[in-house]
Amino acid sequence: MTTPAFLSLFYAALEILGGVGFLVKDFFHEGLRGKIETHLLIEQIYQIGSRSFPLIALTAVCEGMVMTLQFGFSLSKFGGQPYIPKIVSLSILREMGPVFTSLMIAARVGAGIASEVGSMVVTQQVDAMRALGTSPIKKIVVPRVLATTITLPILASLANVIGILGAIVIGKSELRLDSGFFIQKVLSTIVLSDFYSGIGKTVVFGILISFVACYYGLNVKEGAKEVGISTTKAVVTTSILILIGDFFLTKLFWIIEHAF
Amino acid sequence: MNLIEVKNFYKSFGKKIVHQGVDFAVKKGECLGLIGGSGTGKSVLLRSLIGLEHPDQGQVLFEGQDITKLSENQLIDIRKKIAYVFQGGALFDSMTVYENLAYPLRAHTKLPESEIQEKITFQLSEFGLQGTESVYPANLSGGMQKRVGLARSIILHPDIILYDEPTAGLDPFNTKRIQEMILQMKSKGHTSILVTHDMPVAFAVCDRIAMLMNGRIEAIGSVDEIEEKSNHLILQFVQGEIR
Repeated sequence: MTTPAFLSLFYAALEILGGVGFLVKDFFHEGLRGKIETHLLIEQIYQIGSRSFPLIALTAVCEGMVMTLQFGFSLSKFGGQPYIPKIVSLSILREMGPVFTSLMIAARVGAGIASEVGSMVVTQQVDAMRALGTSPIKKIVVPRVLATTITLPILASLANVIGILGAIVIGKSELRLDSGFFIQKVLSTIVLSDFYSGIGKTVVFGILISFVACYYGLNVKEGAKEVGISTTKAVVTTSILILIGDFFLTKLFWIIEHAF
Repeated sequence: MNLIEVKNFYKSFGKKIVHQGVDFAVKKGECLGLIGGSGTGKSVLLRSLIGLEHPDQGQVLFEGQDITKLSENQLIDIRKKIAYVFQGGALFDSMTVYENLAYPLRAHTKLPESEIQEKITFQLSEFGLQGTESVYPANLSGGMQKRVGLARSIILHPDIILYDEPTAGLDPFNTKRIQEMILQMKSKGHTSILVTHDMPVAFAVCDRIAMLMNGRIEAIGSVDEIEEKSNHLILQFVQGEIR
């Protein structure tokens, strides 16, 4: 008798949850013991952070421009164009900037981590690390998790600024909104909690992306073909987790904001 | 004195039973050859001796200590004493030859960089690899990769060396070279276990040979004893009729 599809999906989800859970345990138990290898961390910050910046900047500027155009066309029907700076800036800071940045990092960095680590497994480099008395968790997982968790909020902050700049440019060129007016409205609208609620999510997403990608990479077993499959799975899983996690984190930050 | 002892070793992968009660021991300074057909679990057994695989049942004793009970952190001290030479070299492809050799030294010693450099230069010259310090593994031939892998494995002066198919895929010249290196290690008193399909190499370097078949050690003895075995399957393998 074949297992129903939803049950297979449920088992697969449990397997991933369990596997990532063990990886998190090893991260704290094995990886954080002793000194953190700062040169590996810096290298990963460069690979994940600096090298992702052009992609993030392009995504952010497009997102700001498109949102301004869309809101511009829609709100002009009701004479609501003066509200565009408020709506666009709040949407970017609280939602679009952090989530788009996280999705792009999940695609670029998540895929990169899963395929690189998977290739290392296939070519026995991970076994060699263990055989030489060193910890792959410490050498591979710790620098990637820390680097992603550190750089994603920074990239998202920059994406917020670039997105708003894109919105200002399109506001002026397409909707004839004065730049000074746009900036003044943005500054009078956004408060620190808008920034924190967006950036807070990216810390969680950074942890999710890096652990899931490392898990898929380290669990490659059957050669080069599986490296590709694991890479795809890593990107799909992290993207789904970001989208689902976004709802719960938005709700959580909403509760926190209203509690204080 | 037995340096490594395997007792009642069982291992299976899913429904496939690979080992069902393997027993053998290796004395200090001895070279044991582990032979057997493809898929008989020679490499799995070798990997278990350094804790890269865990048996379903049984013991792997190193200097009397059961390493199957140790955690990854506890295994680190054992792994400093056991070198594992991987079939493909398993060199870190993002590092140069120099960095590959420096890796275990930087991880386990507090040697200054000048001494690390001295050691690496000496090690590379011992293995005929001078001038390859700044080369990346991808730019080395298969034979050179294996020699760098061997040089990296023994740079911490281990007590025992585990060779996983060290001559597989090599031309006769490089096979001879690796064979000489194994003999050189042996002459320095290193204990070794050699997993191989290459019977001439096994006969040339091993003191004893163990044949793995049907999940067990089917025969174990000196080279002469193995050749004299009456079991036709062993004879066929030794004479090159089974691969």
